[in-house]
Amino acid sequence: MKNINRRSMLFRAMALGAVSTLPGCDYEDPAHPDIADKFLHAMSAWNDRVQEALFDPHTLAPTFRAEQITNPPRFNAFYDISQAPVVDPATYRLELGGQIQDKSPWTLAALNALAQTSQITRLTCVEGWRVIGEWEGVPLGDFLRRIGADTTCRYVSFKCADGYYSSIDMPSALHPQTILALKFLGAPLTPPFGAPVRLRIPTKLGFKNPKSIMQLAVTNIYPGGYWEDQGYNWFSGS
Amino acid sequence: MAEKKPRRRVIHPWPLRLTHWLNALAIVMMIGSGWQIYDASPLFAFTFPPLITIGQWLGAAIAWHLAFMWLLVFNGLVYFIWSAASGHFAKFFPLSPRAVWRDFTAALTFKLPHQTGVYNAVQKLLYLGVLFAGVVIVISGLAIWKPVQLWFFCDLCGGYVAARYVHFFAMAAIAGFFAVHLLLVAMVPKVLPPMITGGRMEP
Repeated sequence: MKNINRRSMLFRAMALGAVSTLPGCDYEDPAHPDIADKFLHAMSAWNDRVQEALFDPHTLAPTFRAEQITNPPRFNAFYDISQAPVVDPATYRLELGGQIQDKSPWTLAALNALAQTSQITRLTCVEGWRVIGEWEGVPLGDFLRRIGADTTCRYVSFKCADGYYSSIDMPSALHPQTILALKFLGAPLTPPFGAPVRLRIPTKLGFKNPKSIMQLAVTNIYPGGYWEDQGYNWFSGS
Repeated sequence: MAEKKPRRRVIHPWPLRLTHWLNALAIVMMIGSGWQIYDASPLFAFTFPPLITIGQWLGAAIAWHLAFMWLLVFNGLVYFIWSAASGHFAKFFPLSPRAVWRDFTAALTFKLPHQTGVYNAVQKLLYLGVLFAGVVIVISGLAIWKPVQLWFFCDLCGGYVAARYVHFFAMAAIAGFFAVHLLLVAMVPKVLPPMITGGRMEP
């Protein structure tokens, strides 16, 4: 079930902004979500459903040539690059939770031993800028099937070393271009770009590509996300 | 049989008035929130002052934008279907460059009279132009929103990067029309009440 209050705080902040230009609305009582809150929340949920219906698992995101790769790559997070979390690759374990048969944690070596795929795709930020990069890793669909995940569940959720979290719909998780990336530009991921493991999903906006993933879970309970809970559209597919 | 009093024709039928005002609301919301979205990653060396944008931060602006896009599109579809079915579109034709030039020069010298219920050539051109910009802004908007699933719209705009510019310039065209439109209404205020009440043609 989608949490009724998942966005109310965020939307209040948003609505406040909107209302500064919409005279006649009052947002002074935080205990009662106002009409603009409810309206935006409902429309965003509707847009989630429309995007789920529009999603074709066989439509691929465009791919690019090596010379089109953005150089130098662009760092982006909700903190400065110096604050990027540093995870020790030797002791790293990817923890699994939720509707998964084999929840044994995965070492980096074990993930690297799985069949890998690489892609040169465009990462588009919700802000409008975009970069082209090369990522290599394990197709998430292969990984989910290998660990005995219930792929009839609605969500795959991710928790990161920096406190970031996000979640995606199962059809997008099973898309052939959705990977648990271990390499970026031909070398193992570095901390600013999501070491040791990040999600790379070119059919969604940049903020749906969580970095430095520590936990992965499969669930039917809406997990939300760091930005999603602040008002960004949850599906945010492209 | 009693002689029938000749009915005076409505200047603006109600479907036109309804879609006009809903469209005005949608355009204000879309442009206001769109400016805020633009500011997050400007295409040019300027940003829009926050005072005239809708939504105090990017997330709010996107939420407003993706909410009101439905009003813009569905109201636009109703307008197009109604206009095609009712013959409203016929009022935009015939249209020739010569007539546009004639009426344009007449307007500049204040010799172009306002004829109720009849569009002069400049009006015809502006209305057709803004309708075209409306189609372009929806197609380029869909291209930016869903470049993977709606890749054909993206291709039509020349790719994702170009689609943002197409979307921007379509907005600029609509905003420009909006400004001229308001200016002309201010100069000929008698055209405003019929857009609310429908008005009646002078007998």
